[in-house]
Amino acid sequence: MDTVWVPLLLTLKVALWATALNLVLGVAVAFGLSRWRSHAREVVDAILTLPLVLPPTVLGYYLLVLLGRRGVFGAWLDQMGIELVFTWQGAVIASTLVAFPLVQKAARAAFEAVDPQLESAARVLGLREAAVFFRVSLPLAARGITAGALLAFARAMGEFGATLMIAGNLPGRTQTLSVAIYAAVQAGDDHGAAIMVAVTSITCIVALLLAGWLAPDHLRRSRP
Amino acid sequence: MSVDVSIRKALRDDDRHFDLDISFASEARRIVLFGPSGAGKSLTLRAMAGLLQPDAGHVRVDGHTLFDATAAIALPPRDRGVAYVFQDYALFPHLTVAQNVAFSLSRGWLNPARRRRNARVAHLLDLFELGGVADSYPSRISGGQRQRVALARALAAEPRLVLLDEPFAALDPVLRGRMRAELLALQQRLDLQLLVITHDPADVDALQGHTIEIRDGHVV
Repeated sequence: MDTVWVPLLLTLKVALWATALNLVLGVAVAFGLSRWRSHAREVVDAILTLPLVLPPTVLGYYLLVLLGRRGVFGAWLDQMGIELVFTWQGAVIASTLVAFPLVQKAARAAFEAVDPQLESAARVLGLREAAVFFRVSLPLAARGITAGALLAFARAMGEFGATLMIAGNLPGRTQTLSVAIYAAVQAGDDHGAAIMVAVTSITCIVALLLAGWLAPDHLRRSRP
Repeated sequence: MSVDVSIRKALRDDDRHFDLDISFASEARRIVLFGPSGAGKSLTLRAMAGLLQPDAGHVRVDGHTLFDATAAIALPPRDRGVAYVFQDYALFPHLTVAQNVAFSLSRGWLNPARRRRNARVAHLLDLFELGGVADSYPSRISGGQRQRVALARALAAEPRLVLLDEPFAALDPVLRGRMRAELLALQQRLDLQLLVITHDPADVDALQGHTIEIRDGHVV
């Protein structure tokens, strides 16, 4: 069973890290975009949506160019002793990038649905901007953000192309479930592939069901 | 002068030009800004609360300068000591009645706890007869109760001045009469400094305050 457990645990680790990173990055960018009044906003939004439409292998290639040892940041990271290519941390970066638009878009819609009058009320009641964010905007957007995070988690669980490009296929180190399934099928291990396919499918279905249950009425209502 | 306002603001939109030029001063404890909708009453209130920055003029309450364009003073809303009761009350839907009332008592990054209740909040819940719905969410209480929560929340921080934006417009006619009497009684009991804006002559009659009429962005 190690052939399933090892990649499953690694995949969960990578997907959870990617989701956590996206919760911070996606929410911060979404809040900024939702409050930014500029024509450049939609251009930035389009650029940030690119990971959703570009083939993952293309994203993986960009990551290699940036983070590889001879890459722009890679050389600098190399000097600091940080290596991302062929490591699980590299897989986290690939999954984060691919799933980023899912969190960002959901969070932006949720922040834009928050009644600005409630934020004004909080300011008049004595709060600073940071407190208004944590006590009013964020809790009211929480359902939408959570739904986006679950979608991002499901997406990160199944990440294949970009992960393979930057992290490779090292069993026990960077071989996530979707990569392991590919390797199993190539090796003729249909039984192992079937089990891993079932585990991946169930995990993603559960995440999607949770997301669907949270998503529809995130506007203004927070408790049933 | 207890309330001294003189503000000018030019609002330019693609299809709307509006010039707000409002000056009034009053020693009355109940001031009523009366005028049709679109006259600039809400803009005046927002400028006094610090939610809108006027181009010129000043706002003084009880001798404290909240805004003065020539002296480059513009206190942020949180430092004005002014409470604002919004037309549809703007209660926080994710917080209980008690948490809404306690909102201004903690200024940090966390909302007041659901279970803990300090003496001031208990007193306000009592005063506004909200004890029975203290743990309810705003979507679960009646219109009259919502208005009481909004008032209790506004008074919690002991403001120098309470601004009320069409406080009775969202209520049904029967309730409206009762809430007018309640507000008047409360103002007299606590000696509150109120500034109410309304388009309803019945509010003007009921509140018996210093009435200032506004039309097209100017005091008539």
